[in-house]
Formats: sequence, C-alpha cells, structure tokens
Amino acid sequence: MSVLVLAEHRNGELKKTTFEALTAGRSVADKLGTEVCALLLGDGVDSLASELGKYGADKVLVGNNSALQNYSTEGYAEAIQSVVSSQSATVILLSATALGKDLAPRLCAKIGAGLAADVTELDVADGKLVAKRPVYAGKSISKVEFNSDVQVASLRPNVFTAQENAKAGAVESVDVNPGDIKALVKDIVAAAGKKMDLSEANIVVSGGRGLKEAENFNIVENLAEVLGAAVGASRAVVDAGWRPHSEQVGQTGKTVSPTLYIAIAISGAIQHLAGMSSSKFIVAINKDADAPIFKVANYGIVGDAFEVVPTLTEELKKVLV
Amino acid sequence: MEIIVCVKHVPDTASRIKINSDGNGIDTSDISFVLNPYDEIAVEEALKLKEAQGGKVTVVTLGADNSVSSLRTALAMGADSAIHLKSDNWTGDSYATAKALADEIGKNSYDLVLFGKQAVDDDSSAVPQMVGEFLGVPSVSVVVGLEIDGSNGKAEREVEGGKEIVEFSLPAVISAQKGLNEPRYPNMRGIMQAKRKPVNTVEVGVADSKSTVSQMEMPPARSAGKIVADVSELIDCLKNEAKVI
Repeated sequence: MSVLVLAEHRNGELKKTTFEALTAGRSVADKLGTEVCALLLGDGVDSLASELGKYGADKVLVGNNSALQNYSTEGYAEAIQSVVSSQSATVILLSATALGKDLAPRLCAKIGAGLAADVTELDVADGKLVAKRPVYAGKSISKVEFNSDVQVASLRPNVFTAQENAKAGAVESVDVNPGDIKALVKDIVAAAGKKMDLSEANIVVSGGRGLKEAENFNIVENLAEVLGAAVGASRAVVDAGWRPHSEQVGQTGKTVSPTLYIAIAISGAIQHLAGMSSSKFIVAINKDADAPIFKVANYGIVGDAFEVVPTLTEELKKVLV
Repeated sequence: MEIIVCVKHVPDTASRIKINSDGNGIDTSDISFVLNPYDEIAVEEALKLKEAQGGKVTVVTLGADNSVSSLRTALAMGADSAIHLKSDNWTGDSYATAKALADEIGKNSYDLVLFGKQAVDDDSSAVPQMVGEFLGVPSVSVVVGLEIDGSNGKAEREVEGGKEIVEFSLPAVISAQKGLNEPRYPNMRGIMQAKRKPVNTVEVGVADSKSTVSQMEMPPARSAGKIVADVSELIDCLKNEAKVI
C-alpha cells in the first residue's frame, strides 16, 4: 500500500501545485499509516527529484523516456499504470491542472479506479479516501466515497497549502513504457502577452460589463499588473467579444479560488458568483450599491470604476513597488 | 464521416441549487434543464464537419426520460438521429457512465466522438477521456481548434498560459471548450424537423460505479462585509486586516 503523487513540471521547474498535492498526500499517508511516493515523468528530469523529499515524499520515482518529453494522455496513463502496480499504490493524487484533469480520468478507466475530480477537501475513513468537491461550479459541495480498491483524486490548485515536511525522498529510477501513443503534442504555443494563469493565480482582477467597452479594460489590466495578478472577465464581457474565452470566470468559464479576488464593474450574476465565491477575500467595486456582488464581498467600494480603479492602482504602486 | 456526440441534460446555469431532503442530491423541483452548454459546442462542431465533409451525426445521452428534450434540441440544431440510453440504476459516477456510453458507441461505426469538455452539473471533466480509454482510441480534451483531414486530425488544446497543438489518428474522442465555435440556435424549420427524426431508446444496465456521492451540502455562506469609504481605507484593510497585500 502506498500513496502515489504525480509531480508536475513545466519549463524545467516543478509546479507549485505539486507541493500542494505532496503535502496533502503526506497527510493522507500518515492517516493510512503508509508511505508517499512521488512520481516524476519526462525526459531527463532527474534534477527535479531532490526537491520532492522536502515536502514529504519518502520515495521519489523518476521515469525518463524520450516519448514522455511532452505530456501525452495515453503515454502518461500507460506509464503510471505500471508504477501503480509495482508500488501497490492505493491512493493516487494529481493536481487539477490542464494536465491532471486530462490524465486522471484516462488513468482511472485504465486501472479500474474511482475518481474524485477537482477536490477541495481530503480525508480518510475506514482505510479509504473521502473527498469533498464543488459541483454546479461551487453552488454546492459533494462528498465522494469510493467503491474501488484504488482511489484517485485531482486537487484544485490554490486550495491545499504546501508545507515543508522533510522525508527521505530516496530517488529511484523506474522503467516506464509509454506504449503506442496515437495523440501527440507537436507544439506548445504560449498565449500572446499573457503572464499568469487564472486558475492558479493568487490574485485575480476581473472586469465586467460596467466598463462599457473593450478598450476600458486597460484599467483592469493596469491594476492586475501592479498586483502581479491574473486578469479575469465576466461572461457578458466574453460574450461581447471584449475578452478571450480563456479569461471567463463563472459556471461556463473558470472556477477560481485565489487569495484575493477584485471584481470591477461586475454586478454578480449567479453563474459568476458560483465561479469565484470560494476566493479567500473578495473586493467589489461597483457604482450600484444594490449589486449582488456586494453580498459576497469582504470589502466594497460604491463608486465609479473609472475613478476608483486608477486611484487604487496609483496608491498600490506607492505601497507595493 | 460518422460522428457521435455525447450530451447531457443539466440544470440551467441561472439555477439556484438546493439540496434534496435525503441530503445526497439536489432538489430539482424548481429547476429548468437544458442541453449542457459545452455540448452545444460539440454538436455545432459535428454539424460543421458534416456540412464540410459529409456524413452523419448521431447524438447520444444517458439519463432520465426528460433528457430526451436535450436530444431534441440537438436534433433541431441539425443532428440526424439520437439514442437515449435509459437505466434504472444510474447514479452519475463517471466511470460507470463512460462504460455505458462506450459500450453503446462501440456497437456503431464512428470516426469521431465529440463531447462538451464538462457537464456543468457534476463538473468532473472525466467521461470523455474515460470513453477514449474504454474504446482504445486517443482523446484530446478542452479543444478550442479542430481540423480533420481523412484519417488524421489536429486539435488545439487549452492549457495554462497557452495551447498544445495535438496531432492524432481517427477514430478519436474530442472534448469541446468554449471558443471552438459559436453554436447555432435551432430555427423553426429545424425544430419541426426534429420532431420527425428518430430517437432510439435503449435500456442499459449501468454497472460498476466506482464512487458514490454520500452527501451534499451548501458551500459556507459568505456574508456581506463592509463598504469602505475610499481607496486608502481599502488599502489599509487589505494590508492590515486581511493581510493579503
């Protein structure tokens, strides 16, 4: 029996979500009385292995294969399957990132495991994982219990806190065979001018229809830049073509849980609130004092965004820069 | 090209969700159900491919009797026929759902299976990739660009901070993300024609649920905080009270 945590990396660096998943995996393993194995897959990724012990990995398995240089659904699932059986893993944790959300289901179908996706709370009962996860974009929370011997969960980024907890982190290399891959990543294209991803950002600054036109979004972008934040948008703004779909926050967009969410000229439609209500702190700036967004905001300013936001940006520059 | 689109009948995103009296599901009494918004994108993509390259579009759903109305919506958009998988013991588990869908899809000939990237009720984003594995075909999820050329395809998949360009062989499973296309609205002619299009009902046993939702609860309620007078008070609160900047 062991808890297997997939270590995700990008551009030669481990992702922050990997440390979150390892910390969660450590806590699950302690409750089950078993060990944590971190699994690194890629091509020439040995140098990343040493950091994983710091966050609670007893063992770090490194599977190098030239076919795993880029992520592939089939290749990763096949490689992990062999590790799951060699390590007798009964709990597998991934991050609910683009990679984890794509991979976890394929893996589950391959090994006959149950899945709890995009989990925000993990516990153990009767020797098995129990997970809580938002459904209906956060309008309610489901408690998931498993009927399968092997239990898989993907963990929502930014929810589990990464904590250093040094364990042996003994590095072992494993042979992985990615098998026959029929869908291959040929290229990775970075989005133009985009600095930070919405679902992993610590601070999100979002704008809504109250900004009147696409060009006025610069006040949102300027504030985001000063805060090192990701830019989000309401559905109305995306549907109007002012902003790309990838920035939409809400039930048909991204669900975010940042430390700080600043909603600018967003009234707070129910599908938008569903996507951001799990943020730790919410600030609302809106000229309509009755806007529903104020009902969920920790701090609100009733005022014209075109006056308040540039002032806020300038004042924050003095404090932060 | 034979295209199968898997769809789900889900609560409208404007719905307020309440927990049922058993505490393990939602109270559906005041909720209006619609074709899952991401599935509309999948249906649209199937229709565009059919219009460009010829073929046939079949929509499939697993669900209660009322889910036939989402099949009719897809037929009104232009799909050719529909299959309604009905089960008495379906609980919503992704694995069991995917197994039932894959068993049915496997009985048909197909080049492409399209899904929405997630159903806006359960939000698992799991069934498409599971169906890919059960069928033994490649899957590409969260797709915002798709080209099909003979037995090969090329998809743009949305990832953090960019896109992956994925090349794959057919048959394949694709899950559609917002941005792939703008779904058409069914017109009156489509709605009238949809009434005459075949919906084949198949009773299926859904076995092998790997997970159970044992309880549902409302998220912790947020209460309104304070209205601050100006920017300097806001910064003071963020810095000294919330300690987030």
